[in-house]
Amino acid sequence: MISRLFKFSGGVHPPEHKLESTGQPIQVLPVSGTLVLPLRQHVGNLPKILVQPGDHVLKGQLLAEAVGAISAAVHAPTSGTIVSIEDQSIPHPSGLPDVSITLNPDGENRWMPLNPTDWRQRDRAEMISSLRVSGIVGMGGAAFPTQIKLRPGGGSGIKTLIINGAECEPYITCDDMLMRERADEIVRGIEIAHYLLGPEKCIVGIEDNKPEAERAMREACARSAVKIDVAVVPTLYPSGDARRLTALLTGIEVPSDKRSSDVGIQVFNVATMTAVYRYFSLGETVVSRIVTVTGNVARPGNFEVPLGTPMTALLEAAGGELPNTNGLIMGGPMMGFSLPSMQVPVIKATNCIIASAPRLFPAPPPVLPCIRCARCADACPVSLQPQELYWFAKSQNLDKAREYKLFDCIECGCCSYVCPSNIPLVQYYRFAKSEIIAQDKAKEAANLARERNEFRLERIEREKQERAAKHAQRAAGAKAESADADADAAKKAAIAAAMERAKAQKAEVQPKNTEDLSDAAKAEVAAIDVRRAEATAAEPEAANVVKEKQENG
Amino acid sequence: MSAPPYITGNTTVSALMFKVLLALVPGIVAYAWLFGSGILITLALASVTALASEALMLRLRRRPIMPFLSDNSALVTAWLLALALPPLAPWWLVVVGTMFAIVVAKQLYGGLGYNPFNPAMIGYAVLLISFPVIMTQWPAPLELAQARLSFADQLAYIFGRVLPAGVQLDAISTATPLDYLKTQLKLDHAMTDIVSAPVFGAFGAKGSEIVAGAYLLGGLYLIQQRIITWHIPVALLGGLAAISGLFYVIDPQHHASPMFHLLGGAAMLGAFFIATDPVSGPTTPRGKLIFAASIGVLTWVIRSYGGYPDGVAFAVLLMNLCVPLIDAYTQPRVFGHGKS
Repeated sequence: MISRLFKFSGGVHPPEHKLESTGQPIQVLPVSGTLVLPLRQHVGNLPKILVQPGDHVLKGQLLAEAVGAISAAVHAPTSGTIVSIEDQSIPHPSGLPDVSITLNPDGENRWMPLNPTDWRQRDRAEMISSLRVSGIVGMGGAAFPTQIKLRPGGGSGIKTLIINGAECEPYITCDDMLMRERADEIVRGIEIAHYLLGPEKCIVGIEDNKPEAERAMREACARSAVKIDVAVVPTLYPSGDARRLTALLTGIEVPSDKRSSDVGIQVFNVATMTAVYRYFSLGETVVSRIVTVTGNVARPGNFEVPLGTPMTALLEAAGGELPNTNGLIMGGPMMGFSLPSMQVPVIKATNCIIASAPRLFPAPPPVLPCIRCARCADACPVSLQPQELYWFAKSQNLDKAREYKLFDCIECGCCSYVCPSNIPLVQYYRFAKSEIIAQDKAKEAANLARERNEFRLERIEREKQERAAKHAQRAAGAKAESADADADAAKKAAIAAAMERAKAQKAEVQPKNTEDLSDAAKAEVAAIDVRRAEATAAEPEAANVVKEKQENG
Repeated sequence: MSAPPYITGNTTVSALMFKVLLALVPGIVAYAWLFGSGILITLALASVTALASEALMLRLRRRPIMPFLSDNSALVTAWLLALALPPLAPWWLVVVGTMFAIVVAKQLYGGLGYNPFNPAMIGYAVLLISFPVIMTQWPAPLELAQARLSFADQLAYIFGRVLPAGVQLDAISTATPLDYLKTQLKLDHAMTDIVSAPVFGAFGAKGSEIVAGAYLLGGLYLIQQRIITWHIPVALLGGLAAISGLFYVIDPQHHASPMFHLLGGAAMLGAFFIATDPVSGPTTPRGKLIFAASIGVLTWVIRSYGGYPDGVAFAVLLMNLCVPLIDAYTQPRVFGHGKS
């Protein structure tokens, strides 16, 4: 038993809206129609495609393999034929299409040969490396590849294993239902994670608004050979955030610049544990997930669906959307995002789909100026000063924003939620973050350009000296006087011409403090200016790349 | 559908400000009861002037009028200023003060959320400096007044400066206790004699100590409703009590008791309603403590050694100046950064 809970400051209590979707058990949906499998279903590198259109694949077969350390594989959710590999609309905050594999099911839903193993007999390192082909990512919505987090025991230094069943966002109930119905699968998964990481203790954290889940988990944990504690935390958004939950359960604040594993803690979502169990014990790769479908639909509930299923099929399973539905939100109402269309597929990060309607999410009242009431600061779970960050972001005082720890912001939305002036604070922070990252990139590029140019100038100078030496050698043979005079005249003419050019340039560009410099220095300055202009021109592109990265991260 | 979060809490600026107005009601009732209904006229006059000036300025600044006019912030400024003025102040004094507060101190600085100084206190300070005689001419508590003015009489006095036949100004007005105290101490009278004067009540000034109690009640409501946090009232009253207590203990014959300071003048109103103005005050918890404790101490200093009887307004304005500095140096520790 956990004797003591800790606290983090801030947090909010939005209306929970969880009862709507917990009325009936999880429904397993069959494969329906064509499946679309985006390669980008996780944080990290895009996996490499291993199939071609026309290939016939079996359920669970590897379609794309992980590339590099942070990446995840993609598998066929059912048996069928690969129809195409092309850009399609995917559920991503950017709303941009991305590479996806389209699979036409053959209706047989035939698994590839599965080889269930007794993981207790397996080598830990071998198990970890096999995770690369499992396709397992954080199923709580973050979608971080799990292989990185399950480093083998001993060397891992993990002392505390935390299993996240807090599920603090309103509306979402997929973890709740999973814990109620499949607590044993979760516990089997925890046992495997325990085997791999060798922690001193295991704690499952559940918010106190899920008593059924808590009971089921307690019973399942009691049946386990591994000692697993179940801790009930007060319902307070965002207690399900990994760092907040860690603080609640252990009193340890993971330092801002470190990962939790650096301080001996690893956090997994309950559904991730189920995926780990299914992979090692049954041999099943990640081909489906549980999704809460709620909001403006006739029969809200939880559904286990094959990945790649279009959202429309999910809505249909939930009785169809009610009148006035004006869009879909993936995730919760605090941190989720609007989907670009109802056709996008379910991916590994799809924990919840909310059909939105004005009655549920009315248009916010007009934005008023900040009155510095500091309610946002009271609500911030990171103890930031959102009202200051807002001013800095708004005035593009980006250095100050960084100094006030903008990058510690987890974009949980508590500040926007409590703001009496209805200021979309989180958007300001996102904007400021992307601006800062873009500036950093541009600065880096400019530095690189400067270094390259210095090197070039050095080379030119060296070549000139070499040429001069050669000339001198040659001239030594010839008669000096007249030739020298000629050379002098030519040199003078060249200098005069260069000065003319420099003057013209000076007139063209804004006045600079380069008047007192030598001509050579002026020429250098001019060259630098040209490159600076080039770097600035390249900036927007750099900014785009950065933004994309930011969103993935 | 724009961007997350898609839900918001149900707080609005308008509701926050309305609750502040609501919290002032007990004080206003006590005020009217003890000093006459004239305060209601002053309040109405200030309210109308504030709304009109706000609307005019918003129009001149080409800002939307309704969202700002309905945020109730102009009314809060108007009421705070009205409650700080002598209740039978002439109508033009109320109008000039309120207009200055709204037009200059608030709108010319950018309107709601942008004023570095508390607008009501700017209005008050301008009037106090410009019209010191009228501003210190307070009606006596009804209990002490030799003559009573009907509502119509008060109306006539506020708008026309005419008293009913046979009533002299002296019959209805008196020096405020803070003023009285100051003059008497200058004359080297002993404190025990001074406080036995009729203007003094059980703890502080007769009448206004009850009004102060009513403000305290309203202030507690604001804390309970989470409109304000405890930091500013506690630190302000604590600072004032500490320094006045210290000097009272050292030399009770020449210094008023802490109780007198807490319940006299604008201390209670200031602690719960004026210094708690979010726009012109600090935002960090530690900053609030420093800000408010300093106001408490400064209030005592100005009351004891300054040229004006009460010091709350000047103390608040002086500390408003320090807010950016206070905020900058009291940033709380961010989660995951250098836990000690």
